[in-house]
Amino acid sequence: MTRVLRPRDWSSHPAYIDAGYRSTALRGPTKPLIPVKAALSSLAGPVFGHESLGPLDHDLTQNGRKDAEPLGERIIVTGRVLDEDGRPVPGALIEIWQANAAGRYIHKVDQHQAPLDPNFYGAGRCLSDADGRYRFLTIKPGAYPWGNHFNAWRPNHIHFSLFGHQFATRLVTQMYFPGDPLLMLDPIYQGVPETARERMVARFSIDETEEGYALGYVFDIVLRGAAETLFEAGR
Amino acid sequence: MSKVPPLGQTPSQTVGPFFAYGLSPRQYGYALESVAGSAMADESVVGERIRIEGQVLDGSGAPITDALIEIWQADADGAYSAADGVNARFSGFGRCSTGTDPAARFWFETIKPGVAAGEADRAAPCINVTVLMRGLLSHVFTRLYFGDEAEANARDEVLLSVPPERRATLIADLVEPGHYRFDIRMQGDDETVFFDL
Repeated sequence: MTRVLRPRDWSSHPAYIDAGYRSTALRGPTKPLIPVKAALSSLAGPVFGHESLGPLDHDLTQNGRKDAEPLGERIIVTGRVLDEDGRPVPGALIEIWQANAAGRYIHKVDQHQAPLDPNFYGAGRCLSDADGRYRFLTIKPGAYPWGNHFNAWRPNHIHFSLFGHQFATRLVTQMYFPGDPLLMLDPIYQGVPETARERMVARFSIDETEEGYALGYVFDIVLRGAAETLFEAGR
Repeated sequence: MSKVPPLGQTPSQTVGPFFAYGLSPRQYGYALESVAGSAMADESVVGERIRIEGQVLDGSGAPITDALIEIWQADADGAYSAADGVNARFSGFGRCSTGTDPAARFWFETIKPGVAAGEADRAAPCINVTVLMRGLLSHVFTRLYFGDEAEANARDEVLLSVPPERRATLIADLVEPGHYRFDIRMQGDDETVFFDL
């Protein structure tokens, strides 16, 4: 018996070419992916330790602060990194980046005419704990326009990048907010098969909300898990 | 085959155009430490110094200026770094984005990976590559093999599983001693082989 990863479940992930999302037309591969031996998917991935992180990396309300609090609605974003069997994934590096409350990224190529906040950088990272749990403090990101089609607006979202324990558990996704009317109009969100989309929407939690401080949102993230496969002799 | 697991995988989404200040901050001059970069091997690391560079090209042949390339490789003995402190000096993980070079190249300064002793009969030196960008809703995995390892490449099980006419897309060209060129083509007749890993 050898433990190997379950495959990427293509009924959960978007297709490479998506008619609604224009940039996919010249960038998504068009030839079929080449299958590899299952054992390759078990290759362990890079390990990141606490030495990779700064003390305020998890707190976006503080890590870009110059002389005042960042503007906007403070929120707590927390959850667990799990595998498909519900087992916690500890020690996963989670990196996030997002627009500020006005819908503007600090990135130099973002030219949206909305103000930068001198006290908000908009990126952070942390490691999941022994229960797979992570927690960020941040500012609720604003919606912003983009050039995909006439009157196109991205829903409020936070970008997430994760490493699990294997090279092949890599995941980059986006976390959305419940009840956002832009979700039904967003080709990036809609590019995911309908049955899987809502996994990207955080849920509001009064239990994670802190009295007098910030609303709490829970976003659990499920990475590929291990399947047990019996290899026949001589294979 | 295994039964359907209880939880569904969280869907992939594009990394978008604005990831650099979070994922490659030092390369772009932002005031945040990077967890990994292009310079992967300091003087203490044993191995042959190599430089790898290349462009990521879209379906029209234009270089892509907002791609993120991640590589993951073994050390000179063919061992991958691990939590138990093996290769503490060489993490084996590198990250470079294509938005700072005038020709939209990514580059890595690293060591040439080795092959573990028990695998030399069926594996060639190689580097695992992950490609992410705006317009790519799910990242792609590919592998870099070395143009000056023809003998080893000819017995590599993964390379042999690729249709012969497409294998060249996985081979980095040796352009001068220690310097390899590896372009990644997202589409077209010579589209790079991407693996269903």
